[in-house]
Amino acid sequence: VFDLSQHFLSVPPCLRSNDGTEVNRHTETTPSRNEVELNGQPPTARPPQVLTDSEEDEDEELTLKYGAKHVIMLFVPVTLCMVVVVATIKSVSFYTQKDGQQLIYTPFREDTETVGQRALNSMLNAFIMIGVILVMTLVLVVLYKYRCYKVIQAWLFFSNLLLLFFFSLIYLGEVFKTYNVAMDYFTLAVIIWNFGVVGMICIHWKGPLRLQQAYLIMISALMALVFIKYLPEWTAWLILAAISVYDLLAVLCPKGPLRILVETAQERNETIFPALIYSSTVVWLFNMADSAETGNNSSHPVPQQENQVAMAPTAQPEDDGGFTPAWVNQQQHQLGPMQSSEDSRREIQELPSARPPPVEDDEERGVKLGLGDFIFYSMLVGKASATASGDWNTTIACFVAILIGLCLTLLLLAIFKKALPALPISITFGLVFYFATDNLVRPFMDQLAVHQFYI
Amino acid sequence: MTLAVFFGCAFIAFGPAFALFVFTVAKDPLRVIILIAGAFFWLLSLLLSSLVWFIAIKASNSQDLTLQRGLLIFGVFFSVLLQEVFRFAYYRLLRKATEGLAAISDDDGSAISVRQMAYVAGLGFGIMSGAFSMINILSDSLGPGTVGIFGDSQYYFIITALMTLALTLLHTFWGVLFFEGCEKSRWWVIAAVVSLHLLVAGLSLLNPLYEGSLPPVYGITLLMGVWAFFSSGGSLHSLNALCTRRKAEGESS
Repeated sequence: VFDLSQHFLSVPPCLRSNDGTEVNRHTETTPSRNEVELNGQPPTARPPQVLTDSEEDEDEELTLKYGAKHVIMLFVPVTLCMVVVVATIKSVSFYTQKDGQQLIYTPFREDTETVGQRALNSMLNAFIMIGVILVMTLVLVVLYKYRCYKVIQAWLFFSNLLLLFFFSLIYLGEVFKTYNVAMDYFTLAVIIWNFGVVGMICIHWKGPLRLQQAYLIMISALMALVFIKYLPEWTAWLILAAISVYDLLAVLCPKGPLRILVETAQERNETIFPALIYSSTVVWLFNMADSAETGNNSSHPVPQQENQVAMAPTAQPEDDGGFTPAWVNQQQHQLGPMQSSEDSRREIQELPSARPPPVEDDEERGVKLGLGDFIFYSMLVGKASATASGDWNTTIACFVAILIGLCLTLLLLAIFKKALPALPISITFGLVFYFATDNLVRPFMDQLAVHQFYI
Repeated sequence: MTLAVFFGCAFIAFGPAFALFVFTVAKDPLRVIILIAGAFFWLLSLLLSSLVWFIAIKASNSQDLTLQRGLLIFGVFFSVLLQEVFRFAYYRLLRKATEGLAAISDDDGSAISVRQMAYVAGLGFGIMSGAFSMINILSDSLGPGTVGIFGDSQYYFIITALMTLALTLLHTFWGVLFFEGCEKSRWWVIAAVVSLHLLVAGLSLLNPLYEGSLPPVYGITLLMGVWAFFSSGGSLHSLNALCTRRKAEGESS
């Protein structure tokens, strides 16, 4: 089963850390790109004000109007992913069994004699993991800089392949074992083959939106489950905390591989397609060769549509090291927050041009979220349900905390109009509530339940 | 304990709340956000009160059972007070955000009204309170065991479900009344809500004497329901119109 670890080499985990920022980035994806093309201005600068003040206010209002809907559009998939992970953790014992295997990225063991040794080992593990993520991001940046698009595409494709076939095979196998379902290899092969191929098609090419979203959610859930199984206790919590910090730094600090990636993309005037993006609407991409046309997209590009640009890597819902988050991160960081980009998009669309009329419809505006966010949120909630002695109370508390963190992140985005990472707030809330609920609330509620007191 | 108990208790405890959610909250994204934020505030209040109780427990003699019970009762009342404090805090937050919320609203011009916010906030408190009271018990009811094997009441699950239902509804009504009281600066309404909450918590202290706790609590629930209905603008006329399926002009939320 150590092969499993080997597979991780091809699935650069580094993206996970960066993906946190993808939430905000994604909502800006297309608009950001448009902004890039139209004004490669410093990060927090707003696009050129071509409209009058009243129109600006109107745009601002319109922008804010979609805030609540977008939040819900993110709530639903995040909730679904968490539900899948929690349901699996509760029923399939495989993912909570520690059979001594660990990822190669976390080589130190936690079954040491002293607490101090254990703490040291877990910190080293977390450190190594974050280091690996950073290295992967750098590798991707280098690959992108030297135009090795084929390599990136192949890498993403292979990662996706692995996830959709191998991991889901294991998952299905464990589910069958749990429910004692007799299954022959032939049927299993047919099922897995169909599942995997449809998944690859939906994600890398075209497919019904709901199906694509479902596959992305399933993939995130699978990754989260793998993390829950193979990361030892303290390491997992430390990694969650460390990744939030890393995310925060990666988005808010001026130097970083992500920034280089975005700048490179800007220079080349290319549309880098971020893999690992969950999109809530289908994007109607017209002629990608006409860069101005990308301004048409009132919603954000969906992976399968991006193939028109030969250079642009196909969107992969796969865990792609640093590529997506890097780009997205930078986009976000540099080009302003979601709302302003929508604004500018509208502005741009209003400029006379030979473009076809934009798909201008409230419902068409979509929102995107990086799969890394899904993975880490689900991992937190999954771990809460797996290891907390407070059981369901802890799980519910973490769930609410994460949703509120997501809400706050989007709110801050609207207020500051700056790129903000999505992981820190949610993960911090999640961690605080996990430990607080498990240690403080659980004994209290238990005592109340025993005596049937109600508060 | 069987699936029947599980489903029965689950539906008793969460049926009305779930129905309210599906029919009145789920369609509007803003209400969903307010609901979840309400749940979060309730959770915060619980966290703080558990912290206080935990400190008190640790600082005291764990062998002294009456002291422990006394501390638990203290914890109950302190938690109730803290919940009301957080309800007030949530009210202040929502009031402050009203202008912003008006802009976020999808409908042209119509923002969410304070009464709707009051209802949704109350529902959020209620759902979270119900979830925390009930879900662990529900999951236990799925497993093997015999209820009351040591001489305790056999009606543990059903009473828990009924109390949870009552509390969920009560939180909803209290939310409406509380916000209404704050809006109109009628402090006696707020005082009434707080004291009734304390009363309900106090009645639950009578458990396992269920006759002493359950009927009065339901009586209070009914009373609160009626009061909230009239407080939020309902009237016998609108009820009548509802029954005869005529549109009442004066019918409000």
